[in-house]
Amino acid sequence: MIMEQAPALIVIISLMSAVATPLIGWLRKDLCYFWVILALLGSTCCSVLVLNTVMHEGIIHYHMGGWLPPWGIEYAIDHLNAMMLVLITGSSLLVAIYSKRSLEAELSDRTVYFYTLFLLQVTGFLGIVITGDVFNLYVFLEVASLSGYALIATGEEGAPLAAFRYLILGTVGACFYLLGVGYLYMVTGSLNMADLAEILPRLYGSKVILVAFAFFMVGIALKMALFPLHMWLPDAYTKAPSAASALIAPLMTKVAVYIMLRIMFTVFRPYFSIELLPVMKIMLYAGIIAIVIGAVMALAQRDFKRMLCYVVIAEVGYMVGGVGVANAVAIRGAILHVMNDVVMTLGLFAVAGILAYKMKNHEIGAFDNIFRKMPFTMAAFLVVALSVIGVPPTCGFFSKWYLIQGAVMAGNWTFVAALLFSSLVNVVLFFRIIETGYYDFGASGSGHAHEEGSAVSEAPLSMLIPTVIVAAAIILIGLYNQSILVNIINFAVPKL
Amino acid sequence: MDFIIAKYNYWIYIILMMIGFYAMIAKSNLIKKIIGMNIFQTAIILFFVSIAYKKGGATLPILTHADAHGEHAIQVAQYLNPLPHVLMLTAIVVSIATLGVALAIAIMMYRKYHTLEEDEILKAIK
Repeated sequence: MIMEQAPALIVIISLMSAVATPLIGWLRKDLCYFWVILALLGSTCCSVLVLNTVMHEGIIHYHMGGWLPPWGIEYAIDHLNAMMLVLITGSSLLVAIYSKRSLEAELSDRTVYFYTLFLLQVTGFLGIVITGDVFNLYVFLEVASLSGYALIATGEEGAPLAAFRYLILGTVGACFYLLGVGYLYMVTGSLNMADLAEILPRLYGSKVILVAFAFFMVGIALKMALFPLHMWLPDAYTKAPSAASALIAPLMTKVAVYIMLRIMFTVFRPYFSIELLPVMKIMLYAGIIAIVIGAVMALAQRDFKRMLCYVVIAEVGYMVGGVGVANAVAIRGAILHVMNDVVMTLGLFAVAGILAYKMKNHEIGAFDNIFRKMPFTMAAFLVVALSVIGVPPTCGFFSKWYLIQGAVMAGNWTFVAALLFSSLVNVVLFFRIIETGYYDFGASGSGHAHEEGSAVSEAPLSMLIPTVIVAAAIILIGLYNQSILVNIINFAVPKL
Repeated sequence: MDFIIAKYNYWIYIILMMIGFYAMIAKSNLIKKIIGMNIFQTAIILFFVSIAYKKGGATLPILTHADAHGEHAIQVAQYLNPLPHVLMLTAIVVSIATLGVALAIAIMMYRKYHTLEEDEILKAIK
C-alpha cells in the first residue's frame, strides 16, 4: 500500500508539512526544527524506496487520482528521476539539520517562516523532478523559484535587490518555458511527456516545434545560470542567508540541468536534439565559455561565497558542455557530474556557512588561522576542495574523467582544454584559502595573544556533522562510482 | 496586410510581450519593472487563449483512440479546445503569487532605503 503510493507521498509529505509548519510554529517555535527534519526524513525514506523499486522493477508510472495519461497527470519515475529524488531529499535533510544554529544567528525572529519556505522550496524541486507532465513541471518550477526568491530576500544587506533581480530574470525564464509548452500544445494537443515523445517525431519539420524548442532552451538556460544569462546568480547566492544558499545553490541549477536533459532526450528524441539542429554545437561552446569565464571571475573575487558562486557557474558549464559533446560517454559524465556537483556544492556552501557563523564575515582575508581553530570543518573543506579540483579518489575526479574521455572521443579538444584550465584555476582558488587558513597573518603580537587566537573553537555539532557527512559522501561516491554508474546512471543515459 | 489582420491576436500578444520585456529590462523604477512583468505574463495568457480558438469548421474536442495507433483520432488543429483556459487559471494564480512576492520585496526595499529607484538603492548599498 505504502509502496504503491510512495511517488505521491514524496511530494505530499513535504507540501503538507510546509502548510502545517506555521501552525506548529504558532504552538511552539522550537518544534519547527524537529518537524522539518521529521518531514524530510519521511520524504527521504520514500525516495529511497522509490529508487530501490526503480532499480529492481524498472520505470514506475503513477497516475494521479487514477486518471490515465495523456489526460491525467502522470508521475513517471525512471533511473534519472529516482537518483535526483534521493539527492534532493538527502541534501535538503542535511541542510535542515545544519540550519539550526546559523538561523539562530542570522534570522532569529523569522525561523518559522524560513522553515515554511524551506519545505515549499523542497516540494518544488521534488515536483519538478518527479512529474511526467510539462505543464505540471512549470507549476512546480514556479513553486521552487518563488520560495527561493523569498528565502534569498531575507539575507544580509543588499539581499532584497539581488532577490528582486533574480525574480525578474527568473520570471522571464519561467515564462519562456511556458511559451515553449504553449507552442508544443498548439500542434500536439498533449502535455504528457511520454505522449509528446510519441506524437512529436511526425512534426519535426514544423517551425512551431523549433520555436518551442528554442523557448525551452533559453528559459531553462536562464534558470540554470548558463554563462551569458548568469547575472542574477552571484549576488543572489552571496547575500542569501547561509542555510538558504546551502539549499538553493546545490539544487536549483542542477534541477534546471535535469529539466534540460528531460526536454532534450525524453520529450524530444535524442536524434532531434543532436542531428536535426545545431543546438549541440551552441551548447558545447556556451559550456566552454561558461567554464573559462566562471574560472577567471572566481579568481578575481575576494569574498568566499561570491567565489563559490562563480565556481557554480563554471560547473554548470561542465554539464552543459558535456551534453553538448553529444556522445554516450560525455553524457554519462554529465549526469554523474549532476550528482557529484549537488554533493560538492552542498559541501562548499556548508563550509562557507560555518565560516560565516564563526567569523561573522565571508571575506577570504578574514580566514587567518582557521585550520588550527576548526580542524574538522577544514578537513571536510579540504576533501570538498580536492573533489572540485578533481583529485582521485574523490567523486569530482570520475565525472571529470568521463567528460574528458567523451570529449577526446569526439575530438573536441577545446572542451578538454577548458576542463583542464578550470581544474588548474580551481587549484589556485582553493590553495589561496588554504594558504590564508594555515598561517597566522593577523596575530603577530605577543605570545599570549597568539595562543588565544589559535585555540580550537570548532563549529557547533549540528553544523559540523552534516558537513562531515557530505565530505564522507564525496569519498564514498568516488569509491563506489562504478556501481553507481552500472546500476543507475547507465540506464539514465539516452540511447543515441 | 491580410496576414496581420487574420492573426491579429498573435500580433497583439507579441507586441504586449515586447512592451513588458522592455519595461522589465530598461526601466529603473522597481514598480515599473513589476508592471512590465505583469504585462509580460498577461501576454502569454492571451497567447494560450488564442490557440484554443479555431475559425470556421471547428469540431468539438472528442478525443478517442479510434484508429488504435495511440494517436488522437481528431487533429488538435481542428477542435475548439477548452484546456488552455484551464491551464491559464493556474498561470494566473502563479502570476499573482509572483506579483505578491515582487511587491513584498519592493516594500522591503522601500522601508530600508526610502526609494524605489534601482540606481539610488545601489548607491545606498555601497
